[in-house]
Amino acid sequence: MPPSPSLAISARGLVKRFGAMTAVAGIDLDVPRGTIFGILGPNGAGKTTLLRMLATLIAPDAGSATVMGHDLRAAPDAVRGVIAMTGQFASLDEDLTGRENLVMLGRLWGFGRQAAGARADDLLAAFALSDAARRQVKTYSGGMRRRLDIAASLVITPGVLFLDEPTTGLDPAARAGVWRLIRDLAASGVTILLTTQYLEEADQLAARIAVIDHGRKIAEGTSRELKATTGSGTLHVTPAQAAQRDAAAALLAALLGTTVGRSAEGAQLSVAVPDAARANAALAALIAADIPLADFAMGSPSLDEVFFALTGQPLPPEEATA
Amino acid sequence: MTTPALLRRVDRPARPSALSNALVFGWRAVLKFKHVPEQLFDLVMTPIMFTLLFTFVFGGALAGTPGDYLQFFLPGILVQTVMFNAVYSGMGLSTDFQKGLFDRFRALPIWSLAPFAGLMVGDLLRHLIAGGIILTIGLILGYRPDAGLPGVIGAFALLLAVGFGTGWIFIVLGLLVRTPMTVMTFGFTVMFPLIFASNIMVDPATMPGWLGGFVAVNPVSLITTAMRGLMDGSASAVTIGLALIFPVAMTALLAPVTLLIYRRK
Repeated sequence: MPPSPSLAISARGLVKRFGAMTAVAGIDLDVPRGTIFGILGPNGAGKTTLLRMLATLIAPDAGSATVMGHDLRAAPDAVRGVIAMTGQFASLDEDLTGRENLVMLGRLWGFGRQAAGARADDLLAAFALSDAARRQVKTYSGGMRRRLDIAASLVITPGVLFLDEPTTGLDPAARAGVWRLIRDLAASGVTILLTTQYLEEADQLAARIAVIDHGRKIAEGTSRELKATTGSGTLHVTPAQAAQRDAAAALLAALLGTTVGRSAEGAQLSVAVPDAARANAALAALIAADIPLADFAMGSPSLDEVFFALTGQPLPPEEATA
Repeated sequence: MTTPALLRRVDRPARPSALSNALVFGWRAVLKFKHVPEQLFDLVMTPIMFTLLFTFVFGGALAGTPGDYLQFFLPGILVQTVMFNAVYSGMGLSTDFQKGLFDRFRALPIWSLAPFAGLMVGDLLRHLIAGGIILTIGLILGYRPDAGLPGVIGAFALLLAVGFGTGWIFIVLGLLVRTPMTVMTFGFTVMFPLIFASNIMVDPATMPGWLGGFVAVNPVSLITTAMRGLMDGSASAVTIGLALIFPVAMTALLAPVTLLIYRRK
């Protein structure tokens, strides 16, 4: 059955193995056109492998997919004609200038020298890189590189733009700039599939989010739906006295009727709370029980907490991102 | 950041030809000369030192006078220069892969061998420039090609063929090996015995028999013999044919292997 024309990406049972390791273990994905779709998961979950398969960079071992109506296996070149991908590491020629990188890609797409130059100048201006246009990319800051890397994906307006962890390693200002850019692009009709390790990023940008773990999709929905599984927020408390940690944890568990998580070193307790009133009551109860707090904070649930809620297991320590 | 330039829809132009794709990559290689001119320094310093060292330190002892030795040595040092240069392009390819640059190329609807064709254009330019510099220094020091300009043109044509053939070895290595340093180490490990156990530096007549046997069939020796012949006018079709076996075989064997590895990667 052909996929619905309203879908930018439709994947069924995608599998990729590397030797004995199964990186992607049968993933279905339906991404409506013109939306931002987030793939959320820890390091090693299979996010990048999934993206690389959809971008024709590696062939799936099983399953099928269409991108903007083109079959991934039967017509990879047609898929390449409607996609662009910005990987986790800047795929730029460091020795060339920013402008030369864009002109090179324009000419590979088939523009003449002049048209490629004009498009490069437009993009450099749009990404606030005009002043650095004639400098070698190796002199760029991390934020500038990421902007140029995204610009390099927009030489032709793609049907689908793949962004692999677009803000990893960026400072907050650069991150906000990239977020704004992603929203503007989506508003102009480009479908965006992005991966991230940050629930907040998926929450800020994506209309729908798929949560991936060990190569499988363990949940999919809107940000609101995912948060409903974890509570709207998380209360973090640090008892002033180490001896009272167990008592505090027991009290919170009893009061809120849910499991209490502990930070790696054990000092901080985290518990999902459905609303501010319950958080307030929990803090009051701790103080009433004569358990003084060194620190307390309310936060959005982190990826770790979403994972905990979805799988009942914390992220392995080496993969934890909080 | 402003958005109008992004929001304006830019559609794909007509699909360019494979040749056009390859030329863009050739242009990239030329830009690299502009931005990283020091790479030429890397390429010619070693052969210049070898030329000076062998001519003035060993030359007299090996051939009677430094001048006579230079006449013997110069065609060979050109071969050595080109073969070592090929190692550098393998390192460049490995760097491109490490940086993820090829991911962008591979996600484009272009002729899949175009990046390699461009790489070769850059290689051939490098060989021409480095060879030209070494020849110029040789001429200044007193080297005289008896066959004149036609001989030199013929010798450089052979040199480019050798560079092209050797280039495939390091393209394959660059594709297979993860780090540029490993490409270099591996390349030099293979190249040193081939270069030294050849007739580039000395007449193999005084070598032990087993080594002489290897030197006689070493492709580097066959190429060097043809280079000498072309530059002094004594080359025969047979010596040139023997010299071409290696680059032709490497291309025929490794170009398909390159494509296979690249498509699978």
